[in-house]
Amino acid sequence: MIDLVMLFLLVVCALVAIHIKDLLGSAVLLSAYSLIMAVVWTRLNAVDVAFTEASVGAGITTVLLIAAISRTARGEELMPRARHVLPGFVIIVVTAAVLIWGTLDMPDFADPNAPANLHVAPRYIEHSAEETGVINMVTAVLASYRGYDTLGETTVIFTAGLGVILLLRGRKR
Amino acid sequence: MNMRVSIIRRVVSRIMIPFMQLFGLYVIMHGDSGPGGGFQGGVILGASIILYALSYGLDSARQRIAEKTSDILSSTGVFIYAAVGLVCMLIGGKYLQYNVLPIGEPHFASHIGILIIEIGVGITVAAVMITIFFETARKDERVEK
Repeated sequence: MIDLVMLFLLVVCALVAIHIKDLLGSAVLLSAYSLIMAVVWTRLNAVDVAFTEASVGAGITTVLLIAAISRTARGEELMPRARHVLPGFVIIVVTAAVLIWGTLDMPDFADPNAPANLHVAPRYIEHSAEETGVINMVTAVLASYRGYDTLGETTVIFTAGLGVILLLRGRKR
Repeated sequence: MNMRVSIIRRVVSRIMIPFMQLFGLYVIMHGDSGPGGGFQGGVILGASIILYALSYGLDSARQRIAEKTSDILSSTGVFIYAAVGLVCMLIGGKYLQYNVLPIGEPHFASHIGILIIEIGVGITVAAVMITIFFETARKDERVEK
């Protein structure tokens, strides 16, 4: 029940964030969206993901969006109403239908016989503590089994910082 | 901006920032045994500096963490991560194969290796968050003066 309420609130937050013309309100709504999402992750026992969602999604992203808004303009520019609505509508409906059709082939939620739960998951659950020396399985996967990926992610963050420095710092004077 | 900052915000953030930073360090160091890790802890550390900048002004925050310092820190973290991998290779293991590190038994060495790279991730994330915020927010401060 509480899950349904939260999913409903998520959809409402997302729709209102798109519709609202005040970008500051939009940023705050996205922050609320992330906070609800963090609770959803916690309900799914994905505490590490919830932690990231709360700190990055609800926290830092909001601050950075507000900083960007304060640097540009708070109101959204009103676009002239599009005349040809039908083609876009058809594309959206067809894409959504294909995506929903694709989910029909996916295993049920929390199905113990799903491929993901038969292949690597048992290995991580049974051996990650002895193989990596850390008891948090998520950290074991991120830092050890998928250590290359995490190095790549850290490099991506560094590159993002570098890009911001190169693009914005040059305009100082 | 400095003139408009309220005393309430300053006092509250002065009380909160040490606890935020302590919690950020805790999250980085306890990523091996609880939720969190270098990324989340780094974000919390970065957020504490951003809170300082929001309540005391950008210039004051830049005095605490100079542009040069955060630039160097953001590359230091990645360097630590990649260097741990190289050290593993030099000792004779594969890249990022922590259990060959010469710190006690393989089990313990792997644990320490993971801790070191988490610290590296935390340093880079915190420094980049600070950099992005400072570079994005700076223009306003100049306009307002």
